[in-house]
Amino acid sequence: MSPLELITDHTIQNVVIGAALLGLISGVLGSFAVLRKQSLLGDTMSHAALPGVCIGFIIAGAREMSFLLLGALTTGALAALVMLMLTRNSRLKTDAALGIALSTSFALGVVLLTHIQNQNNAAQGGLDAFLFGQAAATLRSDLWIMGGVTLVALALVGAFWKEFKLVSFDPQFAASLGMPVMWLEVLLTVMIALAVVVGLQMVGVVLMAAMIIAPAVAARQWSHRLESMVILAAVIGVAGGVFGALLSALSRGLATGPLIILSVSSVVLVSLLLAPGRGFVWEGIRLWQGRRRLRYQQVLTTLYRLALHHDDPTFRSEQGMLDTYHGHRTRAALRQLLKRGLVEWRSAPPEEPRGAKHWVLTPRGRDEAERILDSLGRGES
Amino acid sequence: MQAALFDNAALMIMLVGALVGIASTLVGTFLVLRGVSMLSDAIGHSIVFGIVIVWLITHQQSGPVQIIGAALTGLLTVFLTELLVSTRRVKKDAAIGLVFPVLFSAGVLLINLYARDVHIDTHTVLLGEIGFVWLDTLTLGDYRVPQALVWMGAMTLINGAFVTLFYKELKIATFDEALAKALGMAPGLLFYVLLLLTSGTAVAAFDAVGAVLFVAFVIVPPATGYLLTDRLWMMFIHGALVSIASSISGYWLAVFWNVSIGGMMAVMTGVFLLLAFLLGPRYGMVAQVLRRRGQRRVNEIRTLAVHLYNHEDGPEQWAENVTQALREHLLWDNAKANRVVARSREQGLVECRGQSLVLTEAGRDMAREILEPTRNGTGSLTTTAT
Repeated sequence: MSPLELITDHTIQNVVIGAALLGLISGVLGSFAVLRKQSLLGDTMSHAALPGVCIGFIIAGAREMSFLLLGALTTGALAALVMLMLTRNSRLKTDAALGIALSTSFALGVVLLTHIQNQNNAAQGGLDAFLFGQAAATLRSDLWIMGGVTLVALALVGAFWKEFKLVSFDPQFAASLGMPVMWLEVLLTVMIALAVVVGLQMVGVVLMAAMIIAPAVAARQWSHRLESMVILAAVIGVAGGVFGALLSALSRGLATGPLIILSVSSVVLVSLLLAPGRGFVWEGIRLWQGRRRLRYQQVLTTLYRLALHHDDPTFRSEQGMLDTYHGHRTRAALRQLLKRGLVEWRSAPPEEPRGAKHWVLTPRGRDEAERILDSLGRGES
Repeated sequence: MQAALFDNAALMIMLVGALVGIASTLVGTFLVLRGVSMLSDAIGHSIVFGIVIVWLITHQQSGPVQIIGAALTGLLTVFLTELLVSTRRVKKDAAIGLVFPVLFSAGVLLINLYARDVHIDTHTVLLGEIGFVWLDTLTLGDYRVPQALVWMGAMTLINGAFVTLFYKELKIATFDEALAKALGMAPGLLFYVLLLLTSGTAVAAFDAVGAVLFVAFVIVPPATGYLLTDRLWMMFIHGALVSIASSISGYWLAVFWNVSIGGMMAVMTGVFLLLAFLLGPRYGMVAQVLRRRGQRRVNEIRTLAVHLYNHEDGPEQWAENVTQALREHLLWDNAKANRVVARSREQGLVECRGQSLVLTEAGRDMAREILEPTRNGTGSLTTTAT
């Protein structure tokens, strides 16, 4: 396909718009879910969407998107409710309650799915696609619904921005201000179900959880403010979603969900490695630089102390002795010092058999060593 | 006779289902107790990757190589998750939700790519085909035994042996990790072995119930046991019973409604959990409501006793110690006041003399004990609950 055909192709257009909507809503809502440590609730709710899709299908009698999504929304929210009820009213902990709600509702979905398939209903085709997502099967009418849901979710986030922000970071404080914390939390939770609903067609129920988590985690690495984190998460979600969906639509036969998840996850990996300030790579470099600086500062102050001890500002220290004193080779550190003009070397006096180098502090080196020792609080030691 | 036994498809299916449940319960109990149940979700999903890889390399559909090879992927997930958490860039829940989808996605894509070479399709990955376990058989001695049965049986035995041999260690490591560490029990290593066995069980159960339904068998039966008992070994018994019951009932219901057998079995585990949640003898909802009501009644009677005692022999005794007065002074409505008085009389704490209510000796003792708990020299604040 030529680029022009790619842009005008109807299916491709649908796929791109759908994936963009998904990235947008899951990036925005996922940010709140991740900050509130509810990442796995998204997993439970997305698995729980399966029975809802099946029930919607049974009621509508056909693949009627609005029914399917309404069903998914209902059962997704119900699963969250069941999970909450189990943790509140029994001794089960959150993780077990999540797992129970996830697995049993998914099992119910499987039962209903096989029930529908055994009806030999011609209209049932495509229901399987909700497991892993099939972007290519997106219809224009589906997009209107997905767009509507996204719009509602974004409008809610906009309307309750301050409240959501406060509830996510400090629910106790929010409660003390008289905010209806419980209702806000319920609203945020139900909105995850909205994201799940939009993602059904694209990534399917099984992998939707990652779509909620990954863009938010990636964005978190680059930003310390909620505003920029949400926007960045939306951008990452849209980019990853569109890229994965396009790959799937062009390759034929590769499931959309996994491709989208892998592209978003690679953004997470890159962010973890390279994000300024938090990236592993920078941290590693900082660590290495710090260690190197410490080494040569150590050697410098040793030279200074030796000079002080011998009451000879030009005291010559032999390199082998410095190695022994520090317990590691000091050559690299000395070379650093030499480059900075803090030390200089003299050749060994002729009476010594082995002509190892001798090191001497320069006046600048003496000043630097004094500065270091002062900054360490020499008076206290 | 035995050969006929192994040819009985229904029996084989139920047996495999029960074994999946029992083997999973053995490891799942510790996961539930440690609060890391969702690791089974992560493991269940990510072994798909391992299964496909091992199959592409060795072309072995099942057996020890497949189980060990793919189980390592499960362990890899846990390792990567913990690595991610240890960097403190990502919270634990988010880390779990990041790692397994990647491996799972890779597995599904490999299945898509090598569709012609791989024995599983993406549908099986999620749902399993427990209804067909009797098709793949293995000749053991004179009998043709379903492969799934052999490998599930082996995993059940291995898990059982592990739990039996390290029962004490596992118990201490689960309930008091610091103590286990202090005693030199290497709880971390123990936990990793547990997760390795969980992964192995997931792989062995994969053909039967798939990646997601496996989660139900790991979490739900132990959780049911947890709702029913405080004893660790009883959790295993309850879990095993739930597994067996779910397997049998799930099979027949699935046949009856012509739906997925594995799915129905998993749904049944949920039904049993719901029953335990509602009707459990100690932690069930009904028991809790009853206990709360009993507590409330006891408190009402004690309130009445104290009220009567306070005004006993006082000047307003005849005005205070009548049922009528309870309405204003204790803010009880008529029905409640009458109910409490009737119950107190039944228990012989209060007597009626005309209009007025008089404490019996037992009632007076009760009030005294509440008001002056140290009087008997015991110093204890606990009072006799009826």
